[in-house]
Amino acid sequence: MKIVALCGAGIGTSEILRVNAVRVLERLDIDAEVTASDVAGIGSAAADAQVILTSPGLVGAIGRTNADIVVIDNYFDLEEIQQKLETAVG
Amino acid sequence: MVDPLRPLHELPDAAIALHAVADDWRDAIRASAQALAAAGFAEPEYGERMIALVEEFGPYIVIAPGLALAHARPGPDVHGAGLSIVTLAQPVAFGHSHNDPVSVVLGLAATENDQHVASIASLANVFNDESVIPAIAAAVTADEVRALLRRASSQPAAGA
Repeated sequence: MKIVALCGAGIGTSEILRVNAVRVLERLDIDAEVTASDVAGIGSAAADAQVILTSPGLVGAIGRTNADIVVIDNYFDLEEIQQKLETAVG
Repeated sequence: MVDPLRPLHELPDAAIALHAVADDWRDAIRASAQALAAAGFAEPEYGERMIALVEEFGPYIVIAPGLALAHARPGPDVHGAGLSIVTLAQPVAFGHSHNDPVSVVLGLAATENDQHVASIASLANVFNDESVIPAIAAAVTADEVRALLRRASSQPAAGA
């Protein structure tokens, strides 16, 4: 499985989301590759991704995609990330 | 990694500004850029690029209740990887649907060489403890902030 964490600049926020998504996936025993991307690169980054993780305000910037878009409010809330990822991939 | 971020609990005094007065979110971001500049990590003008990122993409930098991670892409106005911490005397709204108002602004400067600094992971270690944001917002000395960061980063992350 491929998962992309998306933010505006591709540094900082998407990296925090990526790190915490990896933690949650380990907890769920799900084997996935998680990368971080900025908005400009999301088309190619998410071309073969199953899930895009992002914040509420960035959903409109994603454009057409076959991936499930998972919106995370609190990037530090592992429970929220786990619950929403489980719903998306389960 | 040519220029790694220093450990969070070694933030210099200049990079920490407590109970800053900000009229709005732009002011709050400028304060975080001023702290980055005071510590030598970036030019004060870096703040205008951090503001532009929010104007372009919205308040997604408000990544947890009460916490914004102000940043922009690497550029000539960044001198080295660094963080600043600004707490606000009065919280300000960024327009986030879930995490407003913001009382703590982290400023992040990154250079081309360290776009995905490993130390970002240490931010997650600290702030995955939800009690840390209000504790930092209430801190009155830089030593108190560093002590909170040290205590939190020395604990294993939740679920890890």
